[in-house]
Amino acid sequence: MFIVVGERINTSRKKVQEAVANKDIQYIKDDVTRQQAAGAHYIDVNAGARIGHEKEDMEWLLKIIQETVTIPLCLDSPDPEILEMAYGMVKDRPMINSISLEKERYEAMAPFLKGKDCNVVALCMDDTGMPKNFEDVIERAKRLVKGLEDIAIDRESIFIDPLIQPISVDTSKGIMAIDSVSGIMKELPGVHTICGLSNISYGLPQRKIINRTFLSLLMYAGLDAAIIDPLDDKIMAALKTTEMLMGNDDYCVKYLKGVRAGQIVF
Amino acid sequence: MADFQNIIDTLIEGDQEKLLSLAQSALDEGISAKEILEKGLMAGMDIVGEKMEAEDMFIPEVLMCARAMTAVINNLLKPLLAAGDVSAAGKVIIGTVKGDLHDIGKNLVAMMLESAGFEVYNLGADILPDKYVEEIKDKNADILCMSALLTTTMPMMKVTIDAVSEAGLRDQVKVMIGGAPVSQDFAEQIGADGYASDAGSAIRLAKEIMKR
Repeated sequence: MFIVVGERINTSRKKVQEAVANKDIQYIKDDVTRQQAAGAHYIDVNAGARIGHEKEDMEWLLKIIQETVTIPLCLDSPDPEILEMAYGMVKDRPMINSISLEKERYEAMAPFLKGKDCNVVALCMDDTGMPKNFEDVIERAKRLVKGLEDIAIDRESIFIDPLIQPISVDTSKGIMAIDSVSGIMKELPGVHTICGLSNISYGLPQRKIINRTFLSLLMYAGLDAAIIDPLDDKIMAALKTTEMLMGNDDYCVKYLKGVRAGQIVF
Repeated sequence: MADFQNIIDTLIEGDQEKLLSLAQSALDEGISAKEILEKGLMAGMDIVGEKMEAEDMFIPEVLMCARAMTAVINNLLKPLLAAGDVSAAGKVIIGTVKGDLHDIGKNLVAMMLESAGFEVYNLGADILPDKYVEEIKDKNADILCMSALLTTTMPMMKVTIDAVSEAGLRDQVKVMIGGAPVSQDFAEQIGADGYASDAGSAIRLAKEIMKR
């Protein structure tokens, strides 16, 4: 099953930041209720944008969201202290977003993750920057999996993010990402791959058509999770249709149900 | 009379072969390399910057124009340009702040500033405040450009500005900032002189700032 992580609860989004600043409980409740109804499997919660308020904002958001939805949360912060608090607050096994190979980040996150029962997003980023080519991504993915397995995070709980880079700057970046996903899935059996899609379309017009077409290509390459906006009807329609076309929807039941519910639109 | 308009239009189309041949013809007619550079290529890139800001042109097209311009400069004009022929529009130090490795947008800004006639020192990514300070001193820079793509590294912009002030260089350089989470409000909060949302507007801002 393809896993959808809903990206909307992020205080760098203007409306969410306003809701947090004004303690607008109803806004957050409505948003996450709609995300779950639209098919999200996790709600990502990022409270990092109001500098100096991350801890209180995260606590406030988690409390409301937990009362509202029945799906687990994706705790999105680089700060292990905030993650420790958040981890203690959630009912269901969360996803932690994220660890990377950047030395400072790795050394902060590894002790936090050790022995925790959670899924982990692991970014193919190290101190030299973004991966330059396919080989770079695979090498970094292997290092991440080895490091996480060493601290008792099992492979099935690891979601490798190969890091999507803008195709506007270098037209080989689309194929690099596609090859990276299939390479990771082949060479590290059991592991998951995840990504945010929107980087691919940076610097180009009509970004949404690029993002959702790219999602279909990546799914065929083996991508089994994505951080997206579940309230974007068209990307969700592309996702369900791709699942059906790939033979992951017996008798096309989910696709047809989606059409009847008005969820498959073009 | 050289047809600078044709050079400008061809640059905007990003047609490298045609641009090379037009520049060669202009040289054959006796037009100076300096004039071709300033009235043709740089004038064309100005328009490219404006079009980019207006979302009439997009990154791949801008890169194509820059590639065509660079080909003309490297293959035809460089050997003919005397030192001091072209006075820089200003000296710019540019880099992504400490802790942040994102460099795509920052490199675009560097490239566009360069094609607009600025002397650009691109320090790269993950740059310590002290490094910026050292380079500002060393290059006697007019403008400091900083980029941050993460909410967690944005505060480093303020730290860097403070370091520049402490080194007594704040009156010498204007500070421009950019990056996805950065805004005009944030620029004002941390005491930067300006914010640009894309490479096109960065050029306009840099030129405007040099006049202040």
